[in-house]
Amino acid sequence: MEELTEEETALYDRQIRVWGADAQRRLSKASVLVCGITGTLAEFCKNVVLAGIGRLTLVDDRLPTEDSLSANFLVPPALELHGHETLAQLCCDSLKDFNPMVRVSFHTGDPSSFSAEFFSKFDAVVVSGCTLSAKKSINEKCRGSSRRVSFYSVDCRNSCGEIFVDLQDYKYTKKKLDEPVEVELQYPGFQDAVAIPWRKLPRKVSKLYFAMRVLEKFEELEGRNPRDVSIRDLPGVLKLKRELCDAEALNESHVPNSLLERLLAGTREFPPVCAIIGGFLGQEVIKGISGKGDPLKNFFFFDASDGKGIIEDTGIS
Amino acid sequence: MATSQQLEAIKGAKVLMVGAGGIGCELLKTLALSGFTDVHIIDMDTIEVSNLNRQFLFRQSHVGQSKAKVARDSVLRFRPNMSITPYHANVKDPDFNVEFFKQFNVVLNGLDNLDARRHVNRLCLAADVPLVESGTTGFLGQVTVHVKGKTECYECRPKPAPKTYPVCTITSTPSKFVHCIVWAKDLLFAKLFGDKTQENDLNVRSGGAASSSEQPEDVFERKKGEDIHEYGRRIYDHVFGYNIELALSNEETWKNRQRPRPIYSKDALPDQPAKPNGNFESSNSSEDPSSLSAMAALGMKNPQEVWSLSENSRIFLEALKLLFEKRAKDIGNLSFDKDDQLAVEFVTAAANIRASSFGIPLHSLFEAKGVAGNIVHAVATTNAIIAGLIVIEAIKVLQNDAKNYRMTYCLEHPSRKMLLMPVEPFEQDKACYVCSETPLTLEINTKKSMLRDFVEKIVKAKLGMNLPLVMNGSALLYEVGDDLDEDMVANYAANIEKVLCELPAPVTNGTIVTVEDLQQELTCNINIKHREEFDEEKEPDGMLLLGWNQAPPVEKDNNHVVNGVSTSAELPSEEVVDDVDMEISKVAPVKKRKVLDTPVDVNDKKKVEEVNDDDEDEDIIMLEGNNPEYGKKRKLI
Repeated sequence: MEELTEEETALYDRQIRVWGADAQRRLSKASVLVCGITGTLAEFCKNVVLAGIGRLTLVDDRLPTEDSLSANFLVPPALELHGHETLAQLCCDSLKDFNPMVRVSFHTGDPSSFSAEFFSKFDAVVVSGCTLSAKKSINEKCRGSSRRVSFYSVDCRNSCGEIFVDLQDYKYTKKKLDEPVEVELQYPGFQDAVAIPWRKLPRKVSKLYFAMRVLEKFEELEGRNPRDVSIRDLPGVLKLKRELCDAEALNESHVPNSLLERLLAGTREFPPVCAIIGGFLGQEVIKGISGKGDPLKNFFFFDASDGKGIIEDTGIS
Repeated sequence: MATSQQLEAIKGAKVLMVGAGGIGCELLKTLALSGFTDVHIIDMDTIEVSNLNRQFLFRQSHVGQSKAKVARDSVLRFRPNMSITPYHANVKDPDFNVEFFKQFNVVLNGLDNLDARRHVNRLCLAADVPLVESGTTGFLGQVTVHVKGKTECYECRPKPAPKTYPVCTITSTPSKFVHCIVWAKDLLFAKLFGDKTQENDLNVRSGGAASSSEQPEDVFERKKGEDIHEYGRRIYDHVFGYNIELALSNEETWKNRQRPRPIYSKDALPDQPAKPNGNFESSNSSEDPSSLSAMAALGMKNPQEVWSLSENSRIFLEALKLLFEKRAKDIGNLSFDKDDQLAVEFVTAAANIRASSFGIPLHSLFEAKGVAGNIVHAVATTNAIIAGLIVIEAIKVLQNDAKNYRMTYCLEHPSRKMLLMPVEPFEQDKACYVCSETPLTLEINTKKSMLRDFVEKIVKAKLGMNLPLVMNGSALLYEVGDDLDEDMVANYAANIEKVLCELPAPVTNGTIVTVEDLQQELTCNINIKHREEFDEEKEPDGMLLLGWNQAPPVEKDNNHVVNGVSTSAELPSEEVVDDVDMEISKVAPVKKRKVLDTPVDVNDKKKVEEVNDDDEDEDIIMLEGNNPEYGKKRKLI
């Protein structure tokens, strides 16, 4: 691999001191796809562009609304001046400014219709605001590729956030007492991860895990767009929760009603949570691409009400 | 998302941000998105290229401009109706007094040094305004909340002292690369290119060999008409050859230590003639001083490469030559600046040659620059996470949600599955001299120490007072200020040179001295205890302050003498210096604190170990400059 240019060395000095020049070089060769530009993914995009990845491709054909402005600092406020530019287009323009060395572009279409071949061009695919079935199918296509395409999905509701990571078979080197040690991790795909019977999960797994699964399922059963739910859906959601807990033979206390209520009450994203989740996600993608640092396996949860950021490993080992 | 209650509190809030750098940019953006409408922001810095990897409100075209102002302009572009008031100023400026602070509902710090943090802490206490503190280094970060009367203040618990190194370690017995850097930067570089009138320990040797009698003081002076190549080699041979031989002659020193080997230029550079014949055209033809580089002249392109001894030697001589020839007017008043390419090259080379001599591993220019320049490694993601956490705490503060205030630690490696670990804030320390105004005790030789020593070392350095006032009872012994009349100024000038017991209002055993900083609204009463003897190694200042919270420095050598200055950013990790792989070492937990488990977790009896708060402040490594005011047995301060 060629040396970093003088420009790169000057710009990236402070972060090269964190992860080294090799990692920086690998980043500059990487290509990342982002589908669904929520406030959280706007944060994520900012982070990886600043970090100096090679290419970033954005997909989001939605037109910006007041809602999108509320948590996305990449969208210019004077919407009327931007005619029919999509979210992807607008964010693309803003992001280019942050680091001229990164190639930022956008792609149109519905991600769930993209081919496996399309996804295989990327080192990492990040999705947000995806239906349950879209998440599953995109993840499957990533897993089907001959080269490893890391998959990340993100869901932020109210003041909570969830990150899911699938690095398939991931090998990396780490230092244990100054000696390099090879580590091999095996990640389940999204479909398999969420199919694990609830009672088989680690005993004190975060309640957010279950709550998110209930809402995911609810949206799917009701044919809703992601996060197109509100407090009026509470009765329906609670009913579904009871059914699921029954089917999974899980005590209902693991999925508190108050938590579900909270998640339904907030339709807009909470900017501090976007920053936090977007930050951790950025670090994960950087770690995965650079091969440096222990990647998160395989879920991460944050709840602003208790302030904890927790890793849950629901993989079958 | 924020509840309507929260939104109301947010909309009506007036917020002060101190710092518009790594944390500041992320914070201002998140505050804006969260609906804050009135933010004031203070930052004295201007934008540099190395900021751009994370301070995303700034562009290449903004380099050189005020951070506070540009941050404001950038945020207005996506929140045009927000009121952002920038101050391109130092927060310690007297304009930012208690009245100024009182107008805010909360103060949010995004600072990079202990001094300013302490200052803001005191102003917040005086103004009774809650403070949310924070810091980051690499992947580590933390956010803490300080509310007068409800939690500890920022200074209740000790913050780690700047890292210090004994003089003899630097001048005679280095064992780590950082010791070589300090030698190269604060002794050799300072001697050759800095202020000649400053005292310099370069020729000091352990074992007390009377150096001054053996060597004329001007050995470092370039003789009139002396050829630059000859001069360079002469200096080289003197510091790396002769001085080492001299040190070796003292057997005691090396009894239990690896002996250094003297290195002479003819041995390190066997193929290079001492004086090049004819015209020696360096490839660096540009006259622009900022592009001068020994590396470029020698065709060495990679700052990440670890050079050999001979390469380092070539760089040493070339850098020296370029400094003398192309920057002649700087000679005599140059101080080390990490952004000065030639200075960095010279110091790297010199440190490496010394390291070679002492069997210490060599380092690349990139690494050496980080050590010499106190550079703190930083990424955008950690700052973004911390900014999010700050806003969450700020909202709690605005709602007086005291039982939910949290200190949150952002970890690189999970602790009990957690990467974000919230902990209840500590209670106020009743013995904290800052927020509880507990008196202190100072052991000092009142017959020998001068008022100046007291003011500089205790009042300013240790107690962190900016514009102090010193009184003995009702007698004003000393003060700093702009509006003092001539008589008083003369009076103070005289007092400062007096020995304590000889002051107009004599300070002797049993006296209670009152020191105040009117801006910080901090008053300290110090009980004076006279003591005749002080251990030169352990108490080189000849003073011992008791009751003052200071965590011991990380460095094991307790004969601490050399004071580093905190110039660097954000949170420290430990031992960044020696870690060639640049991995952040895990922070050692110290105390057990209650982590807030939900009531359901009945089985969970264990308490989570908290991250040692000692990693909060930066790993200060380097000397800043020689202070000529401290007499002969001078410490490198």
